[in-house]
Amino acid sequence: MKIRKHWILLIFLFYAWGAAQAVHAAQDAALERRVQQLSAELRCLVCQNQSLADSNADLALDLKNQVREQIEQGASDRQVIAFMTERYGDFVLYRPPLKATTLLLWFGPVLLFAGGLIALFMRLRRRAQTLAAPVLSAEERARAAALLGEPATRREPKLP
Amino acid sequence: MIPELGQFALVLALTLALALGTLPLIGAAKGNAQWMQLARPAAQGQFVFVAIAYACLTYSFIHNDFSVLYVASNSNSALPLAYRIAAVWGGHEGSLLLWVLMLAGWTFAVTVFSSHLPEDIVARVLGVLGLVSIGFLSFMLFTSNPFDRLLPAAMDGRDLNPLLQDPGMVLHPPMLYMGYVGFSVAFAFAIAALLSGRLDATWARWSRPWTTTAWVFLTIGIALGSWWAYYELGWGGWWFWDPVENASFMPWLMGTALIHSLAVTEKRGSFKSWTILLAIFTFALTLLGAFLVRSGVLTSVHSFATDPKRGIFILIFLVLVIGGSLALFAWRAQRVGLGGRFEVVSRESLLLTNNVLLLVATGSVLLGTLYPLFLDALNLGKISVGPPYFETVFLPLMAPALFLMGVGPVARWKQATLPELALRLKWALGVAVVSALVLPLVMGKWTPLASLGLLLAVWIFASSAATLSARLKQTPGALGAKLRAQSLSYYGMLLAHVGIGVLVVGVTMVKTYEAEKDVKLAFGESVALGGYAFRFDAVNDVKGPNFAAQRGTISVTRNGAPVSTLYPEKRVYNVQKNPMTEAAIDSGLTRDLYVSLGEAVGDNAWIVRVHVKPFVGWIWAGCVLMALGGLLAVFDKRYRVAARVARERAQTAVAGVAS
Repeated sequence: MKIRKHWILLIFLFYAWGAAQAVHAAQDAALERRVQQLSAELRCLVCQNQSLADSNADLALDLKNQVREQIEQGASDRQVIAFMTERYGDFVLYRPPLKATTLLLWFGPVLLFAGGLIALFMRLRRRAQTLAAPVLSAEERARAAALLGEPATRREPKLP
Repeated sequence: MIPELGQFALVLALTLALALGTLPLIGAAKGNAQWMQLARPAAQGQFVFVAIAYACLTYSFIHNDFSVLYVASNSNSALPLAYRIAAVWGGHEGSLLLWVLMLAGWTFAVTVFSSHLPEDIVARVLGVLGLVSIGFLSFMLFTSNPFDRLLPAAMDGRDLNPLLQDPGMVLHPPMLYMGYVGFSVAFAFAIAALLSGRLDATWARWSRPWTTTAWVFLTIGIALGSWWAYYELGWGGWWFWDPVENASFMPWLMGTALIHSLAVTEKRGSFKSWTILLAIFTFALTLLGAFLVRSGVLTSVHSFATDPKRGIFILIFLVLVIGGSLALFAWRAQRVGLGGRFEVVSRESLLLTNNVLLLVATGSVLLGTLYPLFLDALNLGKISVGPPYFETVFLPLMAPALFLMGVGPVARWKQATLPELALRLKWALGVAVVSALVLPLVMGKWTPLASLGLLLAVWIFASSAATLSARLKQTPGALGAKLRAQSLSYYGMLLAHVGIGVLVVGVTMVKTYEAEKDVKLAFGESVALGGYAFRFDAVNDVKGPNFAAQRGTISVTRNGAPVSTLYPEKRVYNVQKNPMTEAAIDSGLTRDLYVSLGEAVGDNAWIVRVHVKPFVGWIWAGCVLMALGGLLAVFDKRYRVAARVARERAQTAVAGVAS
């Protein structure tokens, strides 16, 4: 409910200021780049999975202008993000904040990677221990070769 | 009448699928040849009936039969014919029918190209495909029937979603589904191997061309989807890490691991159980993709809860398939054996490490895709997991994988040594490092990411050249003979790897050097970007067959010389009124100029979005090279020679019995 009220307010403000005001002429390239970078990390709340940077929706344009204004007033990236989160919740952030509920999200890949490497290592070690002789018997080899219609003595092509 | 025929054909197809999914499998288990031989005719009959059903639905679309609910929801009498035909797969029910058609088609293909396989393997492969088919056919008939009637009939249809009225979108779903469904053949081969207990290099050789073909289709399907998003959605992005995209990307990553693992199983007899497991997982991921996209769970966990019939059905199917195959795996995999031994430094180990990286990447994409759904379902808050997350996670996993990609083909099977590898690759490494330092400076801005991306790309090119030259050196004869002596699958591998390099160039260049501006332009005004000047000349009204458009004219010049004239459009389709952005693109080898119209501001000014995207075309060119590489590998003569010899032998055997 709270969020909706903000939207109505914002859209009202947007029209009140007039569309022409909505898009400022880009004066400062560095400023624009920061706006672009920040708004690529923020979700356009009325669009279907689109960032502020990509969206042309009224709300997105307006929020982008707010980002720009805040930066012009000297806010840091962190402050802008904090401002947006305060108003719209974590949902607005495409880079989820690190907190208790997202620990697994952020450290999951690291765990997977470590787990994968450990499993690989264990597996190879066990394999080296159990593996004594080639597993295919001569008879099986002959059968495979017959099925494939190849001479049984075919070797692997050498290098590489 | 025609829709009822279609419906009836589907029921018949399901009946045949029931026969196909049971009798041949039982026959193979009991050694009953007659039951096994049922597999081919049942599979072929199934294909015929599904094709009839598909033709019936297409007929209803072509003839604007709005008494069919699905046609009324996805077509319109003003829709051009080509799009009416493509509209068959424009919605949920029809895309399922397309899916089933492709499944039946792949099954049919197995009946045709399997004359060299033992009868029991054919029976088992087709039987497993029949089981999968039962799942999809009953899903369609019980929850998503495309032939449901709408009585009284609608006056006119609600039209195809305008986003889908585009050539790219016509081709994208069939390609994607061909890929998805193709992996069920790989899955069927894996299950057949577990059932028969015969899992050796021969098995890998049978299953490999099918798996690679599926991978080729999936690669093209994903590339088409990305290309479509790029020019159709109108904001110049080409990959959004959207859950729907991830649903297709996960099977691709896993399938890539699978084709590499299959290579080892064929050449060295190792990784057998691992290969089986990958085939099962890849198939499971295609089902999971279907679940995510089709159940409505993505738009909101709660919308899923209000109409859970479809979602629950796929979920149960998914659990049955994964549970059943993993149980079978646990029961039978021990018999598979380990294959040849290899050392810590060897091509086998490198491929295994690459597999682990690809798997972890798949797992991370899965985690990022499902995490917000779980949090929401558990009422722990709503979060968004978007590109910043995936890029953060993906880069550290892919960078080593790309590096290893250069080393793997150079390393020996069984045992390689580091000094030898270093010797073979020192030039490649040198070239890559120098390019990584210099190329970004040539482009005008040096950033660590650009440097890393180019390092990896050039590394892939140079190491591919190194392996080719080393291999040619060992082949006797003149250069032409040397080149001809290498197998097609070797060239396929090189081409696919180079394709990855090309893709990496594209991604790196676009990410680092793209420039874009959103500006308000009055008629006659210009904006400068990336060395080009874009002049906004006019906007005219244009009428399409089922839409009205405002078409802008923008002339592009560079240092005063004309480069191109672009015509971006803003369309409003007659039925579904939401405005659509049609970007205009001037494509080139080293850059795309991309223009789209925003909103009108007053009478003679518009908000215009202009992009200069360096090397963006390389992204899709890379995918095309990968697909071509896969295609070359499929056509390697060792698959055909083996098949021909087996056929000839079978014929002589028959002749011998007859005489």
